[in-house]
Amino acid sequence: MPTVSLTVNGKAASAEVENRTLLVQLLREKLGLTGTHVGCDTSQCGACVVHIDGDAVKSCTVLALQIEGANVTTIEGLATDGELHPMQEAFRDNHALQCGFCTPGMVMAAIDLVNKNPNPDERTVRRELEGNLCRCTGYHNIVKAIIAGGQVMGG
Amino acid sequence: MYDFTYHRASGVADAIGKVNAAAEGLFLAGGHTLLPTLKLRLARPSDLIDLQDIGDLRGISVSGDGVTVKAMTTHATVAGSKEARAAIPALANLAGGIGDPHVRARGTIGGSISNNDPAADYPAAVVGLGATVKTDKREIAGDDFFTGMFETALDDGELVTEVSFPRADRAAYYKFKNPASRFAIVGVFVARTGGGVRVAVTGAGPCVFRVGEMEEALAADFSSDAIKDIQIPEDGLNSDIHAQADYRAHLVNVCARRAVDAC
Amino acid sequence: MAENGIGARSLRKEDARFLRGTGNYVDDINRPGQAYAAFVRSPHAHARINGTDTSKAAAASGVVGVFTGDDLAADGVGGLICGWMVTDKNGENMKAPPHPALAQGKVNYVGDHVAVVIADSLAEARDAAELVEVDYEVLPANVDTDKADAEGTPRIHDDIPDNMSYDWELGDAAAVDEAVRNAAHVTTLEIVNNRLIPNAIEPRAAIGEYDPASDGFTLYTTSQNPHVARLVLSAFCAIAPEHKLRVVAPDVGGGFGSKIFIYAEETVCAWASRKVRRPVKWTADRSESFMSDAHGRDHVTRAELALDADGGFTALRVVTKASMGAYLSTFASCVPTYLYGTLLAGQYTTPAIYCNVKALFTNTAPVDAYRGAGRPEATYLLERLVEVAARETGRDPAELRRKNFIPPDAFPYTTPVVLAYDSGSYEAVLDKACGIADYKGFAGRKEEARQRGRLRGIGFSSYIEACGIAPSAAVGSLGAGVGLWEGAQVRFNPTGSVTVFTGSHAHGQGHETTFAQVVADKLGVDFDNIEVVHGDTDKGPFGMGTYGSRSIAVGGSAIVSACDKLIEKGRKIAAHTLEASESDIEYDGGAFSVAGTDRSMSMGEVAFAAYVPHNYPEGLEPGFEESAFYDPVNFTFPAGTQVCEVEIDPDTGEVEIVKFSAVDDVGTVINPTIVEGQVHGGVTQGIGQAVLENGVYDGDTGQLVSGSYNDYTMPRADDVPAYDVEMYETPCPHNPLGVKGCGEVGAIAAPPAVINAITDALGTENIDMPATPERVWQALARA
Repeated sequence: MPTVSLTVNGKAASAEVENRTLLVQLLREKLGLTGTHVGCDTSQCGACVVHIDGDAVKSCTVLALQIEGANVTTIEGLATDGELHPMQEAFRDNHALQCGFCTPGMVMAAIDLVNKNPNPDERTVRRELEGNLCRCTGYHNIVKAIIAGGQVMGG
Repeated sequence: MYDFTYHRASGVADAIGKVNAAAEGLFLAGGHTLLPTLKLRLARPSDLIDLQDIGDLRGISVSGDGVTVKAMTTHATVAGSKEARAAIPALANLAGGIGDPHVRARGTIGGSISNNDPAADYPAAVVGLGATVKTDKREIAGDDFFTGMFETALDDGELVTEVSFPRADRAAYYKFKNPASRFAIVGVFVARTGGGVRVAVTGAGPCVFRVGEMEEALAADFSSDAIKDIQIPEDGLNSDIHAQADYRAHLVNVCARRAVDAC
Repeated sequence: MAENGIGARSLRKEDARFLRGTGNYVDDINRPGQAYAAFVRSPHAHARINGTDTSKAAAASGVVGVFTGDDLAADGVGGLICGWMVTDKNGENMKAPPHPALAQGKVNYVGDHVAVVIADSLAEARDAAELVEVDYEVLPANVDTDKADAEGTPRIHDDIPDNMSYDWELGDAAAVDEAVRNAAHVTTLEIVNNRLIPNAIEPRAAIGEYDPASDGFTLYTTSQNPHVARLVLSAFCAIAPEHKLRVVAPDVGGGFGSKIFIYAEETVCAWASRKVRRPVKWTADRSESFMSDAHGRDHVTRAELALDADGGFTALRVVTKASMGAYLSTFASCVPTYLYGTLLAGQYTTPAIYCNVKALFTNTAPVDAYRGAGRPEATYLLERLVEVAARETGRDPAELRRKNFIPPDAFPYTTPVVLAYDSGSYEAVLDKACGIADYKGFAGRKEEARQRGRLRGIGFSSYIEACGIAPSAAVGSLGAGVGLWEGAQVRFNPTGSVTVFTGSHAHGQGHETTFAQVVADKLGVDFDNIEVVHGDTDKGPFGMGTYGSRSIAVGGSAIVSACDKLIEKGRKIAAHTLEASESDIEYDGGAFSVAGTDRSMSMGEVAFAAYVPHNYPEGLEPGFEESAFYDPVNFTFPAGTQVCEVEIDPDTGEVEIVKFSAVDDVGTVINPTIVEGQVHGGVTQGIGQAVLENGVYDGDTGQLVSGSYNDYTMPRADDVPAYDVEMYETPCPHNPLGVKGCGEVGAIAAPPAVINAITDALGTENIDMPATPERVWQALARA
């Protein structure tokens, strides 16, 4: 089996994978990073979103071998020294999660959204969340959280 | 997914060599159509040839004639390119409306047009602007490139390398999205260039097509009023649980008018 | 209010792990040596199986076992059951066909389970599953609910000639006939309540693990009610005796009803783990979820509402056909009966009501409880009828509702359909809703929209809900196979912290926070020193689980009962220690004091004394933990009014929800933030039903057409607006917290509010859900 080597959450990682192994399988099954979830098989729900070299990407739609040498950040890599990322804080403060299953992908998408659309308004946030499904919150508090988190990130 | 053998190509020639050497080889660009297809076990290639290392296949160049987008350029790159947006804003807008942000970060123009999904956006721009598709061995006019549902003029093992879009005096794309998939139920690209007016429709039929009657009307009077009474026939249009053919035919008119208004 | 007590907007305890990616969902669990299961599913809606050849699959790489229905039968594994016996109008028991976990000679819907392949890796299991050769004799399919009992419709189960499980009725048919004859006006509607596919974002998953040392099993599963799962798997499926089966439902990523039920996959994984002597793991992919999770709704109804000359409702007649799918799922039978017919009075004084429900089998996935379960279907038809009646008789829809509301002084109020409502403030709630929705300003907004070329409409929904499904004796008399109480155990640890065990199960509702607030309030313990434990049959008392918005009303009340027992025991300990008479001990906010003195003892000191009983009341047991089982005396009755405003693009038929206002009376609110979040989510699912979501089977082939997110429209962030949600608190008079339940109100209330708004904008009587752009465009073309 081929080996893939990359940087995950700032640390070098390497694993043997099948040719058909997806990035999300590499993260969950080989590297034990189960915070990244799988909610669909058609690349739509966004529960699996991680950052590859700074861009939010659906890790269910990338082969592990495609990202040899890349820099991957997952939900587990956001907090620094135990302190939550401002977007994680905003999700908690605004009750932007219920069952928690879409949350990792939602937070990773939210950070990317704010990076690309600083201080977004409600309309922008709703539009740019097209690739992330949540069944619990009705998005109301997620939108609030992203706007609030965006203000902290931007400020 | 069925198993396959994964390769990386170092250049265009290497990619073509590898795909031809494989029993059933496929090029892997952004993977955002191919990998979902493989995950559902709807295809069984023996080999995937990843094009990501081929630097020659990435990038956007803008000239007085228009915008050339290399095949491995992502939708996000096109949408975010100030130069492309300045030259042909409709093209950047279209790219910025494909899929969702995560899909746009990986999906590529070459992958999109080579796959020719009937509901994809890029075919409307290629035909609507009268673009030229360049492959490793020839140039294909946009009008001749898309030949049917998921079918193109590409030969086996032929690789799209870039697409050149001519500038337009005015151009816009209006998409009516499938509420579930967010692909186009109907998308209409309208452009007025030195060569005349083009109206290209995606989503409505099995393959992108032009609406000559609208083009003629708009050539005479480039206003949405000029086409308000032009209804395309519903024969041959797609029907599914989201939109029957008659609704799609109606939407072609609506989308065309809105595209004209947005020009 | 205590900090983090009842009424506080406490931040959730759960979030720390979820936000860091350290939640523990079933698919996150990996057991040493585990193998992976892949199910062979029927590609046909209806077919006889003339033979199954598993030999190629068994010989494939990595395969450790291939099993069919015959293997389960040989081991005496029982089929899946329906736990609620409905008696039909002739006094006969409902017909419940056999439901084997793996098919026995026949498949009855696309996705039905044919065989299981277990292999070293998931990829190998899936590869090998394709090698199982099944000889199908394809039969004609029956997927149309309205025609399922018609002559000539294919019969699904050999001994059920008209595909009918039961023909049930409730109410006084003669009185209704009489009232309809004498009515000044009768509003008639034919209504489809569209099939929904639940789509919790976490797909179902299970790991069965057999331990030869103890001859016991552990099943990790995505369940809303692990104790009930254990009971059924033990008593009916015969996987293992109850004391040899541990069911763990860890973090569960949403349920909405779909994870109440006991499914084939978890049954097979548990059983197979002993066959292959390895843990067996299965995780649904989304395509499997679409095919094989229990679906919701799917009714076709003809209904009439009779009014007198003053607009008073005099009678309601409802005739419904309800699809059960191909088999009766765990609680399927009670949904279109006791959770539906009994709710048809709504908030109104309608004196005569009659309801007839035919439960029919179709070649589709089983239909069971989905967020609201029966109550959305009842509310939808009633609130559509009321709205249409208002338009037909030229009355303001708010005024017509107000005129017919049960007045506040009429409680307790017994409806003509069995229920005894305990409390309600319907008119006050409606007034508040009209205020926040700015009903008075609507005409101006409509005109302003018209000038922009858009059609604007407004719609109301004044709903009633029955939660807490209880008391046990009552539901037992109606056919429930289980009691519907809840268990709790509150344990002080010697150092003063508290562990709360509950039989309720949270899968997004935030029980770890809300229940801790209740205990903090009752026992005066710091919120941070309270841990709520749920989801493991080896931890805490037996419990009935979470569905029907019952957790706070029933589970929360059980916790309060356990707290009360601790307070009483603490009073004895404090009296002894403080050398006072028990009757002189006063308890308040975590402290016991001697009346009229400054002598007192904290709850922590009492707990310590109970574990270190050196100076202790004679005859009193040491230790400081109490269990309680709470069986309510009645349902609770949340109610409210939600108001939707839409704008329609007449060119395309697109509907935009531009304003949505909700005033919900869910009784006492423990944590307003969490309750509002429940309403947001419920409303969004209701909007989804009204304009987006539709479970569609092909009429000819019986294939599931809406089998992925490419075709089943999930609400996205840009499909819905920001919501205006407010509460109106009329405490429930019969439980200790005054709570009613809030999980389903949005899903119940929103669909008619949305459709009433759309039909108001269109000026049409009816439009079927989901009101997709195409359907709206068609309605406009007809108008």
